[in-house]
Amino acid sequence: MQFEGEHLWIGQLGHIFILIAFTASLLASIAYFIASRKNDAEEKLSWIKYARVSFYVQSIAVATVFGCIFYICSHHYLEYLYAYKHTSKELEFKYLLACIWEDQSGSFLLWTIWHCVLGILLIKKTKEWEAPVMTVVSFAQVFLALMIMGVYIFGTKIGNSPFVLTRNEINGPIFGRTDYLSLIKDGVGLNVLLRNYWMVIHPPILFLGFASTIVPFAFAYAGIQSKRFGDWVKPALPYALFSGAVLGVGIMMGGKWAYESLSFGGYWAWDPVENASLVPWLIMIAGLHTMVIFKATGHSLKASYLFAILSFVFVLYSTFLTRTGILGDTSVHAFTEAGRAMNILILSFLTVFTIPSLVLFIINFKNIPVIPKEETTSSREFWMFIGSLVFFLSALFIIAKTSLPVINSVFGTKLAPPEDVEFSYNKVMVLVAIIIGLLSAITQYLKYKSTPFNTTLKKLAIPTLIAAVITALLAVFYPFTYYKQGPGFLGALYVALFASIYSVVANAGYIWTGLHGKLKSAGGSIAHLGFTLMIAGMLVSAGNKEVISTEKFKDFEIPMGIDPLTKQQDVAAENINLIRQVSKKMGPYDVTYLNDSAGHETGKRFYHLLFQRKDPATKKISESFVLSPDVYLMKNNNMSSNPDTKNYLSHDVFTYISYALNPDREKDTTTFKIHEVAEGDTILYSKGFMVLDSVTKNPATNKFHIPLTGPAVTANITISGEENMQYKAAPMILIDSLGINQIDDTVYAQNLYIKFAGITADQKKLKIAVKESDKMIDFVTLKAYIFPYINLVWIGLVVMAIGLIMSMISRAKISSKTGAAILVFVSVALFYMFMLAN
Amino acid sequence: MKRSHIVILVAIAIAIGALIMLSVDFSTYDTVASARQKQGKYVHLIARLDKSIPMDYDPAKNPNYLAFSAKDSLGNVTKVVYHNTKPAELEQSERIVLKGKMQGDVFECSDILLKCPSKYKDDKKALEKTVGEKM
Repeated sequence: MQFEGEHLWIGQLGHIFILIAFTASLLASIAYFIASRKNDAEEKLSWIKYARVSFYVQSIAVATVFGCIFYICSHHYLEYLYAYKHTSKELEFKYLLACIWEDQSGSFLLWTIWHCVLGILLIKKTKEWEAPVMTVVSFAQVFLALMIMGVYIFGTKIGNSPFVLTRNEINGPIFGRTDYLSLIKDGVGLNVLLRNYWMVIHPPILFLGFASTIVPFAFAYAGIQSKRFGDWVKPALPYALFSGAVLGVGIMMGGKWAYESLSFGGYWAWDPVENASLVPWLIMIAGLHTMVIFKATGHSLKASYLFAILSFVFVLYSTFLTRTGILGDTSVHAFTEAGRAMNILILSFLTVFTIPSLVLFIINFKNIPVIPKEETTSSREFWMFIGSLVFFLSALFIIAKTSLPVINSVFGTKLAPPEDVEFSYNKVMVLVAIIIGLLSAITQYLKYKSTPFNTTLKKLAIPTLIAAVITALLAVFYPFTYYKQGPGFLGALYVALFASIYSVVANAGYIWTGLHGKLKSAGGSIAHLGFTLMIAGMLVSAGNKEVISTEKFKDFEIPMGIDPLTKQQDVAAENINLIRQVSKKMGPYDVTYLNDSAGHETGKRFYHLLFQRKDPATKKISESFVLSPDVYLMKNNNMSSNPDTKNYLSHDVFTYISYALNPDREKDTTTFKIHEVAEGDTILYSKGFMVLDSVTKNPATNKFHIPLTGPAVTANITISGEENMQYKAAPMILIDSLGINQIDDTVYAQNLYIKFAGITADQKKLKIAVKESDKMIDFVTLKAYIFPYINLVWIGLVVMAIGLIMSMISRAKISSKTGAAILVFVSVALFYMFMLAN
Repeated sequence: MKRSHIVILVAIAIAIGALIMLSVDFSTYDTVASARQKQGKYVHLIARLDKSIPMDYDPAKNPNYLAFSAKDSLGNVTKVVYHNTKPAELEQSERIVLKGKMQGDVFECSDILLKCPSKYKDDKKALEKTVGEKM
C-alpha cells in the first residue's frame, strides 16, 4: 500500500547511518585492539591509521543520524513516531532539542555523540596510549549503536530505532487509510513537566559527564594492557578532573531544575535517579584524589585502578537502574520499561564492561606496584586516602540503598524504603560531611611524606579560630530550626556546619599562606572551598527551610508525630487557600491572589500572587513583589504545576500552586441587574451596600493597566460588606477605534461583578450593572517556602567547578592563554546559568 | 599493626555500621489485609483507586483533606485519608503506592506515588488513545 505525504527517505538515510556507525565502531575497536597488541611500530601505526578512519567514519555517521532526527522533528514529519511522540507545532523552537533528549534513544544518541567528541580529542592528545584507550571508547560505541539500531536478529529486536514509523508502532483504524497523515494534525508534544530551559541544557551536560567517565576507565585498562602499570595516571588525571567538574555541574543542574520548576520543594530528594548519577561522581572524586597521591608519592595505585574502573561501571549500573524500569515503585522519575530485549541489551552492556575489567584488575593485582613503606600518619597522602575512602564508602552506602528493588528482585524479598527516606540518607551523609569537611580543611596544610607538627599547628590555628567564631555566631544569631529529628541530629548538623565553614576558611587561607597567592596551582584549594561552601549552603538552607503556607484547622487534629524538641504537634497541613483578592497572612508576608492570565501555550495559566511585607513599627509596606507560578490545566482536569521564586541574595521565596480549579468548569448562570444612580446614590446588594462616590473622566491611570487610547470614564464605587469590610471598585468605559469597551470590575471577596453599563437617556444618571454569584469564588491552593541562603549552594558549586577546571588546566599543561580563555568562558557560563538565568 | 590495617578495620566498622542503619530502616510492601494486621506500623500499600466509592475532596473547604477508597489486588478495600492536596492524575492512575499507617479502619497516608500510563508517554496504549482523539 502506498501512503500519501510520507517522507520515508530521511528515515532510511538515518537508519543506514546507524548501521554504518555500528559497523565502523566495531571495526575501529577491533583495529585499535590489534594495534594495542602489536610491538612493531610500523605495523602498529598502520592499524591505528585504519582504526582512526573507522572512528572518524562512525563519528560522521552518528552526527548524520542526529541531523536526521533533528530534521524530522523540526519539520514535524508525524509519520515518524519520534516526531509524533515528542513534538508539537505550538512548541517553542528552543524546546526542539529538549524533544530529542526526552526520548530513550535520543539520550543514548547524546551519549554516543559525546563519546565521538571525546574520542577525537583522545586521538589528537593521547599519543602512545591511543590504541588501548580508544579500544575501550570504540567498543562502548558499538553498544551505544546497538541501543538505537532496531534490527531484528533471529526474531529478537536489538535496540529501539528512532526512525520507526507511527503507523507500524501504533494500532489505529486510521492507519488503514492511505491519506492517514492528513488526519493527524499535530504530535503529542513535549511532556509539560519538561518544558523548561533546564531540559534543553541539563541532559547534554549530564551526559557529557557520564560519557567522560569512560576516559579514566580506558586509561586504567591501557595501564594493565600495556603492563606500564603506573604510567597511565599522569595523562588520565586531567580527564578525571574534567569529568568531576562536568558531572558535578550536570548533577546540580538537575537539582536546580527540580528546585525551580518541579514541585518537589527542594533541589535534592535522594531519589534513585539522582543517586544513580551522584554515585559515579563520588567515586570519580575519590579516584582523582588517589591519582594525585600516586603522582606525588607512588602510593594508592591499586585504589586508583579500582576507582577509575568503578566510576564508569557505576555509570553503566545507573543506566541499568534508571532505564530498565526496575526502580518501579521507588522513584518519582518513573522511567517506563523499554521492553525485555532492551533490558537484556542494557544488562549485557553493563556486564561486558564490568566483569572483564574487574577480572583483569584482580589477575594483575599482584603486578601493580606498591611502595613497601607505609604512609606516616602525619603525611598528606595518608589523610587524602582516608578522605577518598570515605567518599567511596558513602557511594557504596548510597548505591546499596538505591538498589533495594534490585535486591528484592534477586532475592525475592519485599523490602520497601523507610518512612523518612531523606532522613535515612541524611543521618549517614551528615557524618560524611563532617569527616570530609575536617579532612579537606586540614590535609592541605600537611606535607607529602611527613609533616613537622608545630608549624602546621600554628598555621592551622587561625583558620580554626575563625571557623569556630563564625559557627558560634551563627548558632547564636541564626540557629537551625530543624528540630524534627531530635537533638542528636541537630548537634550533628552544627558539627557539620563547623566542619564545612572550617574547610572554606582553611582553604581560602591556604591559597595565601601555603601557596603564597599562586593562583595557578590553587585549583585544588578552590575546588575544596567551593565544595564545602556548597555543603554549608545545603546545611543552612535545609536546616532553616520554612514552610509559610501552613494553616491550622480547628475541626480536626492531624495524626502526625509530636515534634521531639518543641513537644508540639507537627503541622502537616502545608497548603493554604487564597481567595481572589482577599489577603492572607503567610509567614512575614500578606499574600493576595490578584488574578490569573493565560500563557502562550494552550492550557497554561499564570496565577499572580502579590507578596507584601509591612514594617511592624511604621505600618508601611517595606517589601512588595508579585510571584506568578503557573499551572498546565490539561484534559481530564489533570494539572502540572511550575513554581515561581523570588530570589534575594540571602533567601528565596518559593511558591507553587498545589491545586487550581479549572476556570470554565462551572458555568455562571446569574445575570446582571442594572441600577440607575447619580453621584452619592446607594445600591443595595445581598451582603451590604455600595455608593457611587464620583465619576472620573479620562483618568490618568487605571487599575486594569490598560493603555487608554481614547476617551474613558470610570465610576468610583465604595462597597461596604459584612463585618465593616470596605472595598473599592472602578468599572470603566473606554471608547476607542474598536468601539465602546466596558471594562468590568470584580470584588471577589463579595462575589460581585460590577459593570459600567452606560448613561441614562437624559444623561443625568449612570447605569451600573451588578451581578452577584455564589459560584464565583475563585481561589487557588498553594504551598510556599522560604529557603534561606540557597545561593550559597549554587555559588559553592560554581566555585568547585572552576577549581576543578583550574586543576585540569594546570595538570594538562594547557598554555596560560588558552587556559585563561577556558576559565573565563566556564566561569561566565556557569555564573550566568546558576545565578542569573531563570 | 600496620596503618593500612587500621584503615581497613575502620572502613569495615563504618560499613557494618551503615549496614545496621540500613537494616533497621526498612519498611515493607503490604496488602490491605496485611496492613490491617500491622496497626500503626509504617508500610507501603500497593493498590488502585476504587472508583465505585466517591472521592471526598473539597479544596474550598479544606485543601489538606483528601479521602478516597483504595482496592488492592486481592480485592480488599480500605478508606484512605491524605492530609494534602489531591495529586493531579489520581483519577487516571493505574496503580498507586500509598505510604503510611493503618489506624483502625482508615489508612493514614503520608505520601502517594502514582503510576500513570501517560506520564512519560512511552506506553503505546496511551498513544493509541491520543491518535483516536486527534481524529
